[in-house]
Amino acid sequence: MKISSEKLISIYENMVRIRAFEEKVGELFAKGKLAGFVHCYVGEEAVAVGVCQNLDDKDYITSTHRGHGHLIAKGGITKYMMAELYGKATGYCKGKGGSMHIADASKGILGANGIVGAGFPIATGAGLSFKYQKTDQVAVCFFGDGASNRGTFHESLNLASIWDLPVVYVCENNMYGEFTPQSRHQKINNISDRAASYGITGVSVDGNDIFAVYEAASLAIDKARKDGGPTLLECKTYRYRGHFEGDPQEYRTKEEIEDWRRKDPIIKLKKHLLENKICDETKINELEENINKEILEAVEFAEESPNPKPEEALENVFTDIIEEARK
Amino acid sequence: MKEITYGKAICEAIAYEIRRDKSVFVLGEDVSIGVFGVTKDLFKEFGSSRVMDTPITETAIIGAAVGAAATGLRPIAEIMFMDFMGIAMDEIVNQAAKMRYMFGGKITLPLVIRCAAGAGIQAAGQHSQSLEAWFTHVPGLKVVYPSTPKDAIGLYLSAIRDDNPVIVVENKSLYAVNGEVEDEFKPIPLGHAEVKREGDDVTIFATGACVSKAMMAANELEKENINCEIIDPRTLFPFDKETLFKSIEKTNKVILATEENKRGAFSAEVSALIAEEAFDYLDAPIVRIGAINTPVPFSKVLEEYYLPSVEDIKKAVKSVM
Repeated sequence: MKISSEKLISIYENMVRIRAFEEKVGELFAKGKLAGFVHCYVGEEAVAVGVCQNLDDKDYITSTHRGHGHLIAKGGITKYMMAELYGKATGYCKGKGGSMHIADASKGILGANGIVGAGFPIATGAGLSFKYQKTDQVAVCFFGDGASNRGTFHESLNLASIWDLPVVYVCENNMYGEFTPQSRHQKINNISDRAASYGITGVSVDGNDIFAVYEAASLAIDKARKDGGPTLLECKTYRYRGHFEGDPQEYRTKEEIEDWRRKDPIIKLKKHLLENKICDETKINELEENINKEILEAVEFAEESPNPKPEEALENVFTDIIEEARK
Repeated sequence: MKEITYGKAICEAIAYEIRRDKSVFVLGEDVSIGVFGVTKDLFKEFGSSRVMDTPITETAIIGAAVGAAATGLRPIAEIMFMDFMGIAMDEIVNQAAKMRYMFGGKITLPLVIRCAAGAGIQAAGQHSQSLEAWFTHVPGLKVVYPSTPKDAIGLYLSAIRDDNPVIVVENKSLYAVNGEVEDEFKPIPLGHAEVKREGDDVTIFATGACVSKAMMAANELEKENINCEIIDPRTLFPFDKETLFKSIEKTNKVILATEENKRGAFSAEVSALIAEEAFDYLDAPIVRIGAINTPVPFSKVLEEYYLPSVEDIKKAVKSVM
């Protein structure tokens, strides 16, 4: 599948943006500037970007606890994301959600989610909504290998298959469900094999190969858009950082991480851009510098932003009721 | 005015909303027939595009309703028995209830969850519970509990038009009970209690099937010159405490009668509210009537022992006189 030069550069830019954001988040967390549970996406960038480059603002995604990459790939703005990680009033959720609950409905982002496997039925419901309203929108559900063992996986893929819903279930198989390797949490190697039990198409691709991800996602999304029903797309990838920031990672070796770093999706794409003269070094450096600047500005924005007022905790539970203040 | 059953009233209210708003639809297990027949006529009128039979898949029913509500629809999701809410608890408690708050108020979830609660038909431990306290405890959910056909219509109209997740508890022992309804359907705002019977001596606060039990108790007690006032909150959250407190201010005595087993019941929350905010009105301790703290038993004899009775309410009233 031919991807235009312009699109490839945009893909590269978004992958670099995710990497830079996440590395900065890791650094800030280590310095004690960020609190709570933070799960970084470093290493998996080709999946979020390869899929979301096939979507418009009107399409929806559900994300996961490891959601920053999906949000950036779907058009989330880094300064509002960073402000949310800081718990500031200017953050996407006004400081009420934090890392695991960032959402932007205007960009079709139905939220990161702190519950593993919770996105399946929500994305399925978005798909039902599009079919009901007879639009050509598509819902994409990102999830990990660990989530594929949840009951929500089964119930949702079954429902989407019998109702032919426009949903693409994108598995980021990063080889670990939290601390447990795939071989110990399920008997199969390819999660896409499970598609057969729902009578839908299942595909597995190299999740570190942006071309493979883009092409497979393009076919699945196009099929869903044309009322062809759901697809289970598995992208095999790897996270370089721990399950969460601060994870001592006793369950894997440094060598294993190094092996995967040699298959880094960003380095691979950069090589392609240079070798095929889509971009020269100068342009790439300029692009990377601009992104680093954007991330630094996001941190600055977050740090300078005001905290929410304590009593704002009472608002936004309902559309029409403000909870009673502490007496 | 016409007389229809509680079940028919629910059906007519939903039909009314499906006709007036194209984003309203019903999904659930066997809703085209309905285990209590409530939605059968809806399917006849609107067909499968608006009344969708799902597999037996509670988690996906509620999760999909959340996703549909977040993207512009107004789903009415049916959980056949309230006891099955546990299967969809993450979708109700961690997703539907919190989504708006966690997203900083940037999403609306106009979602109704229907469920059949209550004992009395020998359906045993997994098809008879009254679990409303689980949901009133969770910030982000509205909980509605109609006790008459008239209230069922008005409350359903409001629940479906509400922009927040609303759980409607239906008491299955009421489905076949008749009551008068207005010819013109009008919404009853959520959070408005109704004085179901006026009296000066004792306030009986009752929900669901206990409202008619309280009414029977009150009618019998009247013969003994005891005049009971009956307050039906109709909505458990938002909760109309003013109407209740006003009644207690007049009677100075209150009985709380709900079908829940007593420990940790919604009636315990109401009791705490009265103790915290209306203590000075009381001339006698608050008395709570509820089911015993066991699973719901099967045998008729055991189930009758389990449930609060008209006699229990009468005895409670006399104990504070």
